[in-house]
Amino acid sequence: MLRTGVALVLGGVLAGAPEMAAAQAPLVAEGCIGCHGPGARGSGSVAGIAGRDAREIATALMAFRAGERTGTIMNRIAKGYTDAEIAAVAAYLAGLRR
Amino acid sequence: MSNALTRRTLLAAAAAAPLAAPLPLRAQGSARLVVVGGGFGGASAASFARRAYPWLTVTLVEPLTRFVTCPYGNLVLGGERRMEQITHSYDGLRARGVTVVHDRAAAVDPAARTVRLAGGQTLAYDRLILAPGIALRWGGIEGYDETASARMPHAWVPGDGTQTRTLRRMLEEMPDGGVVGMAIPANPFRCPPGPYERISMIAHYLKRQKPRSKILALDAKEGFSKQPLFQEGWAALYGGMIEWVPASRDGKVVKVDPAAMVLETEFGTKHRVAVANVIPPQRAADIAAPFADASGWVQVDPTTFEARTAPGVHVVGDANNGAPMPKSGYVANSTAKQAVASAAALLRGERPPEPVYFNTCYSHVGEEYGISVVNIFRVGPQGIAEVPDSGGISPRGNLPDQRRLEALHADAWYSSITRDMFG
Ligand SMILES: Cc1cc2nc3c(=O)[nH]c(=O)nc-3n(C[C@H](O)[C@H](O)[C@H](O)COP(=O)(O)OP(=O)(O)OC[C@H]3O[C@@H](n4cnc5c(N)ncnc54)[C@H](O)[C@@H]3O)c2cc1C
Ligand code: HEC
Repeated sequence: MLRTGVALVLGGVLAGAPEMAAAQAPLVAEGCIGCHGPGARGSGSVAGIAGRDAREIATALMAFRAGERTGTIMNRIAKGYTDAEIAAVAAYLAGLRR
Repeated sequence: MSNALTRRTLLAAAAAAPLAAPLPLRAQGSARLVVVGGGFGGASAASFARRAYPWLTVTLVEPLTRFVTCPYGNLVLGGERRMEQITHSYDGLRARGVTVVHDRAAAVDPAARTVRLAGGQTLAYDRLILAPGIALRWGGIEGYDETASARMPHAWVPGDGTQTRTLRRMLEEMPDGGVVGMAIPANPFRCPPGPYERISMIAHYLKRQKPRSKILALDAKEGFSKQPLFQEGWAALYGGMIEWVPASRDGKVVKVDPAAMVLETEFGTKHRVAVANVIPPQRAADIAAPFADASGWVQVDPTTFEARTAPGVHVVGDANNGAPMPKSGYVANSTAKQAVASAAALLRGERPPEPVYFNTCYSHVGEEYGISVVNIFRVGPQGIAEVPDSGGISPRGNLPDQRRLEALHADAWYSSITRDMFG
């Protein structure tokens, strides 16, 4: 049930990422690489998130934000970003080399 | 400050940019970015500028040939890291195409757009990133000056690492049963959770090596960052080893006597200690001081980080008044990138990007015991503000998996951010 909810929201999110969020995406992603490694390619215990499917990244972030996926810190982080930013940063990260 | 006004100022600045000095440079397709200070703000700025805006020529001015990080310095004190593991070279930045000049900036002339170096050289810039960090207010605590800091180290500005090494040596030489005294300043200061991570790491060392010893933490405040989490961890790991004294219970150190190893508090109590770590009040480093206000910190535009009194001079890191953002390495890194993006946009006559600032401070409380705080900030009508219902501190309670994983992720963070800066 919850899954469907996320998928529905996500469909809308990926379709309608406003231009502003897209322009911002590289800088938003810079906030992630402090933990996810240079180029978002991973660092020690923190997984790489570069070059993955955009939908997979966005789904993960939406689930963290909704509290449907547990983590040590990503729930608190995901709550700081809008739907549009999540979609834009996911698309940007997906375009990076793994 | 009104946001509408900021926008207008920025738009005006953006519109005016093509008329300003950068025009001929733009025609050649390049512009000169000078960065003063090669720490969390400056190294992040220089690295990011080369990576994201290869048309910028970047010169970094930093007197030290090797940078010792404050972060993880507390783990050195706790015996969990060696100094070499928190020391970084500038070779990575050179390999990125940054011209690294090992000298000290002596003066900035915002009108002429030049920086004069102590060695005599003058550097011209189109945009300046100023990230010199903090200066300690010698005399802010009576009797605490540079000489006193050899016997009562602060270990709050690492420089070449001597301060951290000295404090570590003193802890090693202290007999079991000794009292380690700490003086902790009022807000704002560099790294709000830093003193409490330090208490934790010193306790971690003492518990194993000198279990009859005590830590007396004298604080000029009533409360501190991640307090419930720290206190929960201290109770669980260190029993009665740590005594934290807030200002209202006479915790504020106002005077020191290094010869007698005495810390004296506001109401006249004299504490004789075996080892003293005095973290004095702070202000913006000297090179930024001409742009600071009476508070000692530099007021900046919340989007471009240009000093209010010096357009073209972007002040990032601990030297600015970034409240409500903490003076942290992560904030220095995050705001440095926004400042560089703004500088690049203004040089091209474009509008600076809409910022989102990010902060995480991990702290080690003990072995396999990490905690964190997250903040995300945006610029609103009242200036910089935290995004409502976001971020916050780690959950409380007996959560061994959470603590163990956060200690691991903290290590991942350190490796990640230092490679982002220096790699
Ligand atoms: C014990 C401790 C633990 C910490 N732990 C964390 C943590 O876990 N996470 C976190 O995010 N933050 C942490 N911090 C905070 C972090 O270290 C600072 O916020 C950060 O270093 C600020 O960056 P900065 O660029 O302003 O200053 P710095 O990193 O100090 O860099 C300033 C640089 O400028 C140079 N400089 C100064 N004057 C001049 C001049 N005139 N010309 C040229 N160069 C000059 C200096 O030599 C120095 O290299 C900690 C701090 C302490 C003390
Ligand atoms: C402070 C460190 C930190 C920052 C900053 C951070 N992350 Fe994470 N991220 C983690 C950790 C740790 C995990 C593992 C889950 C957890 O413990 O919360 C994770 C997990 C993830 C995952 C799931 C990975 C997987 O393998 O399933 C995604 C996707 C992700 N983060 C995206 C992001 C994005 C996008 C940003 C920037 C907006 C970001 N993260 C910022 C630490 C961080």
